[in-house]
Amino acid sequence: MNNLLKPPRVGRRAFKVWLRNRDTWLKFYRASLVGNLAEPVLFLLAFGLGLSRFITDIDGLPYINYIAPGLMLAAAMNAATFECTFGAYTRMSAQKTYDAIIVTPVSIEEVAAGDILWGASKGFLSAIVILAVLVPWGLAASPWLLLAPLLFLLSGLMFASMSMIVTAFAPSYDYFAYYFSLVVSPMFFFSGVFFPLTSLPAWVRTVSWFMPLTHAVNISRGLATGNVSASLLLDGLWMLVFTLAAGWLAINLIKKRLIK
Amino acid sequence: MNEPVIRASGLRKEYSGLVAVRGIDFEVERGECFGILGPNGAGKTTTMNMVQGYSPLSGGELRVFGLAIEKHPRKIKARMGVVPQENNLDPDLTVGENLRVYARYFDIPKKEGALRADRLLGFVALSEKRDEKIPTLSGGMKRRLLVARALVNDPELIILDEPTTGLDPQARHLIWQKLRGLKKSGATLALTTHNMEEAAALCDRLVIMDHGRILDEGSPRQLLERHVKGSVFEFEAGGERLRELLSCLEGIKQESETAGDTIFIYTDEAEEVLRRTACFSEIGFRHRRATLEDVFLKLTGRELRE
Ligand SMILES: Nc1ncnc2c1ncn2[C@@H]1O[C@H](COP(=O)(O)OP(=O)(O)OP(=O)(O)O)[C@@H](O)[C@H]1O
Ligand SMILES: [Mg+2]
Repeated sequence: MNNLLKPPRVGRRAFKVWLRNRDTWLKFYRASLVGNLAEPVLFLLAFGLGLSRFITDIDGLPYINYIAPGLMLAAAMNAATFECTFGAYTRMSAQKTYDAIIVTPVSIEEVAAGDILWGASKGFLSAIVILAVLVPWGLAASPWLLLAPLLFLLSGLMFASMSMIVTAFAPSYDYFAYYFSLVVSPMFFFSGVFFPLTSLPAWVRTVSWFMPLTHAVNISRGLATGNVSASLLLDGLWMLVFTLAAGWLAINLIKKRLIK
Repeated sequence: MNEPVIRASGLRKEYSGLVAVRGIDFEVERGECFGILGPNGAGKTTTMNMVQGYSPLSGGELRVFGLAIEKHPRKIKARMGVVPQENNLDPDLTVGENLRVYARYFDIPKKEGALRADRLLGFVALSEKRDEKIPTLSGGMKRRLLVARALVNDPELIILDEPTTGLDPQARHLIWQKLRGLKKSGATLALTTHNMEEAAALCDRLVIMDHGRILDEGSPRQLLERHVKGSVFEFEAGGERLRELLSCLEGIKQESETAGDTIFIYTDEAEEVLRRTACFSEIGFRHRRATLEDVFLKLTGRELRE
């Protein structure tokens, strides 16, 4: 317990682990980018265009414009989560990549941090490519979007750290099914991506407040529409605190798991 | 300056209840090849894992390059190369990339890393495979690549956990030859093995380990002299004639041992044994020089390990 609360010692060498992942990703980045883009665009077309005939404007936005900012963040969540569950778990257990690295000057903490950084980068990239489609499509247009990369990065770190905690406990791949069906999917549907949380019972809203994606979506919608208020700062603070705590814990848990 | 490269005293390792290494002492001098010999489960890998800074100690003291392992793991790891017992090459990378990416972990600049990768691939005769994927390599090629990878940082100390297990004689001899070359160029080697031929061929000094303890220590020659006589005769047990044969060996200095259906006779008076057994020509036997394997079996027993 004590060890879990100790501040992890992470130095610049975490970046070497990030580079290792980048090198492997560069081999198939085209397929990866198309994959990142395809799903959110399908959602936009199916829900945004398909449903918009039946749904009135929400908060003064056409439905497709309403869901677009949230879908960017959901994509960031999915990419970071996938990378730091299945990806990280494969490197840690099946491939023993972590074992090979920690007999070099790169420490266990740096390996975990490097993988979190990498997961965050994938999340960041997923959101950015969608933004690059939304802007010319006319679904997002506000100078506040210049802050979007910062939001994507923080979101990436947040979801990567969270997932890494799960990976530290996972005895097998099957275990991730719990995380996806009990945490990731509910978050996807109840974080205000598809409808305002105000339409839900109070207790659901309370639960939603504890979901990281809720705060990311709030900020994203604010930036995309230019409807920015001070409450977004609170969302940002929530994310920052959560991310630091989750990252801290994830690194210590991975260390604890790997030490034999 | 005369600090040994590795100095372990009272080294212990416990895994939740199971004591894998029970307080062992050993030293490895600069430039020597040191071997840990032991049956399955003896604690060889556990010991090496501690030396690599991979596993924390449960007790005792361990200094590598004169530095305490728990205080200076990074400094130590930077000067050490590791060939693990189990393959952990990076399957997402090609053969050449495995070396170049590994070099990066040691802060070796990109250009230099690429140069070393090419040189090392040549060294282990894998230049042709440079752009192949790891899963396409044979077991022996993977092993050679692991050796090459352990050398990217030009280590002063190389740790090899069963470097040749599962290899064919060609690959084994190639690796031995490379390891001898490394020793000549000044590196210190520490290896584990249960191949006695390997221990005899490579090690200046070795310890025989079992159940987490060191049973004896010395050069292969010293161990032979200490524990077994020069010659071994192996007879198939059974029958009246064999009993007669054995009784006519009385007076010869010998030690005998029965294991399963074989009787082993260890002696320095081989000529005398041969002379006296000449009239028992119908009884088949084998006569050979005693090897480290005989020492090993004598010290660790003949029962199978689970
Ligand atoms: N991570 C671990 N957790 C629990 N017990 C372990 C662990 N690693 C090794 N052991 C136990 O410690 C003992 C020593 O194992 P070790 O791997 O050091 O043996 P070894 O001499 O390398 O054997 P081999 O020749 O089979 O490789 C064994 O009883 C083994 O079951
Ligand atoms: Mg072993």
